[in-house]
Amino acid sequence: MKGMTIIVKTVSSWVKVFIFLFGINIVLFGHLTPGGGFAGGVILAASYVLLMLAFGRQFVEENLPLGLASKLDCIGAFMFALIAILGIVFGGSFFLNFLFQKYLSGQALHLVSAGTIPLLNIAIGIKVGVSLFLVILMLSISCKGRE
Amino acid sequence: MPYALCFLLFMIGLYCAVVKKNMVKIVIGLAVMEYAVNLFLIMLGYRTGGAAPIIDKTYLEPGTTQITANFINTSVDPLPQALVLTAIVISLGSLALIISICIRIYERYGTFDITEIRRLRG
Amino acid sequence: MTRVLPAFVLIPLVMAFVLPLFGKKGKNAATVLANLATITLLVLAIACVGKKGVYQVGNWSISVGIILVLDGLSSLMLLAIGVVSAAAMLFSAKYMEQYTAKSKYLSLFMLMVAGMNGLVLSGDLFNLFVFLEIASLASYALVGFGCEHEELEASFKYMVLGSVASSFILFALALVYGNTAYLNMACVAKAIQTSGLNAGLMFALALFIVGFGLKSALVPFHAWLPDAHPSAPAPISAMLSGIIIKTLGVYSLARVVFNIFGVSVQISWLLIALGVLSMVVGVFLAVGQWDLKRLLAYHSISQMGYVVLGIGIGALILAQNGNVAWASLAILGGLFHLVNHAVFKTLLFLTSGSIEMSTGTRQIKALGGLVEKLPFTRAACTIASASIAGVPPFNGFWSKLILVVAAIQAGLFGLAAVTVIVSLVTLISFLKVQRYIFLGELPENLQGIKENRGTMLAAMVFLACLCVLMGLLVIVPSLRESILEPAVKVLTAGPGYWASAGIIKM
Repeated sequence: MKGMTIIVKTVSSWVKVFIFLFGINIVLFGHLTPGGGFAGGVILAASYVLLMLAFGRQFVEENLPLGLASKLDCIGAFMFALIAILGIVFGGSFFLNFLFQKYLSGQALHLVSAGTIPLLNIAIGIKVGVSLFLVILMLSISCKGRE
Repeated sequence: MPYALCFLLFMIGLYCAVVKKNMVKIVIGLAVMEYAVNLFLIMLGYRTGGAAPIIDKTYLEPGTTQITANFINTSVDPLPQALVLTAIVISLGSLALIISICIRIYERYGTFDITEIRRLRG
Repeated sequence: MTRVLPAFVLIPLVMAFVLPLFGKKGKNAATVLANLATITLLVLAIACVGKKGVYQVGNWSISVGIILVLDGLSSLMLLAIGVVSAAAMLFSAKYMEQYTAKSKYLSLFMLMVAGMNGLVLSGDLFNLFVFLEIASLASYALVGFGCEHEELEASFKYMVLGSVASSFILFALALVYGNTAYLNMACVAKAIQTSGLNAGLMFALALFIVGFGLKSALVPFHAWLPDAHPSAPAPISAMLSGIIIKTLGVYSLARVVFNIFGVSVQISWLLIALGVLSMVVGVFLAVGQWDLKRLLAYHSISQMGYVVLGIGIGALILAQNGNVAWASLAILGGLFHLVNHAVFKTLLFLTSGSIEMSTGTRQIKALGGLVEKLPFTRAACTIASASIAGVPPFNGFWSKLILVVAAIQAGLFGLAAVTVIVSLVTLISFLKVQRYIFLGELPENLQGIKENRGTMLAAMVFLACLCVLMGLLVIVPSLRESILEPAVKVLTAGPGYWASAGIIKM
């Protein structure tokens, strides 16, 4: 898919950083404000889709190549399973919130609280963001001849 | 009364998925059905005059037992909201898969009309 | 033993995320790893036979958190899933060389196994729905795996009907939560017993029956099965027909109707009607088919009718407060036929895949005289055909005999006669398969075909031995009491099962 005019390219190159940062904010503060891993991941994917619409598919494929995106996808899901397994190793029960109960309680309503939930949010954010970006990339590849 | 309207939306989605001939319209019918079920699930947890189930700093100033009792008495039910979050993710995955199959069918058969895609019969 | 329960879900899930990292170069390493995973799950399932336990995920208490429950019925289903998935994965080590993207196939297969394992272990209604969706999505993608015309069309039809079924199940779940304020199966059963069934809960039960009936291809809802099962690659057809329509459909239906809502006379007559309709329509549509896998798919519908008939007769006797021993016999027949069908239908689909890989076609009229070229495949196919038709001493005979005896004892002589007639028509259609494919003359274009050896042969031999030996499961009393009887006791205990197993205090 080709890009758009120079006005769209300039504005979107300023705005994409803020969208990405906003997505990271929603992922990290998922245990305090509404949002969490999935909603933040969708916003992260949206920033890449904006780049794809404004600059064309080739630019984004060089920026985040397909092989790297697939590997990030699997690594995000594997991190989630790893934190769940660490619950068995440190606490004795699957998916136990071992950080909250034993090591690092933190104070309520601060960033470092609620144990393993922020870490799980980060893993889900990475996986969902990359997955949605891959889905839209694949859908745009298979619509060939529609330039 | 809102529950009956939710059920009506579900029936509209089901009608769309069953009667229409264009593949994309069938997919839109499936999406409307899933929206109707999610809406029904959220409406179940509603309490008249309730607040959103988020604890912020104003809850922390008095003593501890007062917070929990206040929260339980005034907020809406947060469990259906967690269920709906999961259901939305599931329907997103399902919709992505079915749309990509529709695109591949269009590449092979050249049409979106399901009455012409009938090589398997008998 | 309960500490091992998360491993049933965790091992396939971690494998599903790790296997795509191997890519094209590490294909052989990925296949070996996947086979090790399925064989480990089979060994764990055999070790869990006869044990009971409850595992609380995250140490949350029972009515608040997610629990994994291992009881007689769950261990029987885990055993069936282990056997079928190990055999199919062993077969697909060589069969899937014809397709590209094998590491993605292995990953989707592992996701399907993870979904089914989680479904039979879950003690919570919403957990059951999530794992049902995981297994369904993986199977939609696997049906259309080689992206040819017919496979995509079949996958689309399957997916539309499957999504409609999932929406019905979620709607019924929402109604149950709205009426009882619990999602845990034990707490819902207790709430329904104390407050009775109101209109919302009866509507929820009807929606559950429609949703699970669509997933298990009972007759008014069978339209997706004859297209989806032939178009999938052969090990996936074996998995779909051998285990997915059973766990996603019949197991969930039995769990919801018996252990949560409680049986009543109308519901049991509804189950009997669905069973009889599936049996008759399935077999009469199957006799006239000339495509091998389509014939096998129609027979799947008919055999699922047997299972639902057995469970329905047991429910009828329990609802009328009759003799519990005869109800146990009917449910034993249904559950044993479920496990038998998993084994012999998998073997039938694997042999059809072997025939297709050797000759390149599935049409019965284009084949003939294959007995000289493919002797081992022919032996396996004959054993499986004898099992499905109910020839003694193979395993199909024992389960059909138990079903007929239970139908006669319940006083339903017409149903017993229908069962015997359907069994005879099944025998006719498999005699047709044997005569046209294996006996007769070999066509000229098939003179150079060779037998498939290696892992494909090993998988078929394993299942054929199981077909011969499984009759011992009912004859030898110690085997029957450790494997089959606990499953029957779970269903006959009804909604009071959860209190008697010590899961909640009444």
